[in-house]
Amino acid sequence: MGEVKQIRTLKEIPREELFAPGHRLCAGCGIPQLVRLVLKAVPGPKVVVNATGCLEVATTIFPYTSWGVPWVHIAFENAAAVASGIEAAFKVLERKYGYKRPKVIVFAGDGGTFDIGFQALSGALERGHDMIYICYDNEAYMNTGIQRSGATPKGAHTTTSPAGKVIPGKLERKKNLIEIAVAHGIRYAATMNPAYPVDMYNKIAKAASVQGPTVLHYFTPCPTGWYFDPSRSIEVARLAVQTRIWPLYEYEEGKYRITVPVKEPKPIEEYFKLQGRFRHLLEPENRWLLEEIKREVEENWNRLLRLAQQS
Amino acid sequence: MSEAAFAPRSWRDLPLGNVIPLPMTSLSYKTGNWRALRPLLHKEKCIKCLLCWVHCPEPAIHRHEDDSVSINYDFCKGCGICANVCPVHAIEMVMEG
Repeated sequence: MGEVKQIRTLKEIPREELFAPGHRLCAGCGIPQLVRLVLKAVPGPKVVVNATGCLEVATTIFPYTSWGVPWVHIAFENAAAVASGIEAAFKVLERKYGYKRPKVIVFAGDGGTFDIGFQALSGALERGHDMIYICYDNEAYMNTGIQRSGATPKGAHTTTSPAGKVIPGKLERKKNLIEIAVAHGIRYAATMNPAYPVDMYNKIAKAASVQGPTVLHYFTPCPTGWYFDPSRSIEVARLAVQTRIWPLYEYEEGKYRITVPVKEPKPIEEYFKLQGRFRHLLEPENRWLLEEIKREVEENWNRLLRLAQQS
Repeated sequence: MSEAAFAPRSWRDLPLGNVIPLPMTSLSYKTGNWRALRPLLHKEKCIKCLLCWVHCPEPAIHRHEDDSVSINYDFCKGCGICANVCPVHAIEMVMEG
């Protein structure tokens, strides 16, 4: 990887916008901030592969497109497979005709990554295609009406895991995407959060400098599906980091590093009470689940600390 | 950003495979009428920190040469993130109309 230009302030973020307004993502959505920064931080020509999801349906309603870069829509399940094909084709063009190879960037939601597109992603990582795979994780199938996914956290209310008398929201744990990606032997993987744009920019720039597959996991606050006021998107995202629910860390060639250390975490209740999907967890009868979630968050943080110290 | 015009009028105008031949055509689709609350920027309070610019989901906040900002009401959906992240409360949300 070597020397990648890392920024320290917002003023160093380039001005050029390759993502246009006029898209129909909800007010307060967290996805466009990711797309804008990715298109700024990845240097040179790029090709975007977009799995079905909020981002795809809202930014390319015919005859309108918000994209200023070559863009292809592909079904939920095969975003990584199509990106592999594009990358392989450009490799041939480079070898035969000397064309400069663009960077292939995949945007897929949590449904298109954790559940439906999982085997295509695993295959692409194993074959080692040169691409950046970015999962924007809003923790459920928001585009189709807030159904639970493999990325929905424990205790969250969705329309297919409704909190009520029978269950207190989803009872299963969220998959750990970074660990799954790292297990494939890739060189770089990281988590990102919109409340920390400089950290995010630097991680994208690093991922872009790697030859081979990289996985970035992005936290997307969703006012529609998480039931909170759109103006509080960034507040919710920041609280997720400060309560240690969403640790910001990176994996780089065998080494783990926590990029935003949280010395004194805020109580998890502060994050939960902002969102309608977690409101039932604050009731006395669901106390046991809240304690369980707290324990798991702490275990995960301690595990990351150990990994970071070992490397 | 200039406004791109791509408006097929009948099925005969549709490109093969419904490929959109121009970039950023959504610039001619104004989402400003979604807005219920209107952000008002008090320029004298602005410290040019660019937090609103980086966090705007549209992007409807324009960053000028000197890092001052202005709001594009053609596209602003009135989510209020800018007012919420502003450290000096230079953006105020008021009722539209």
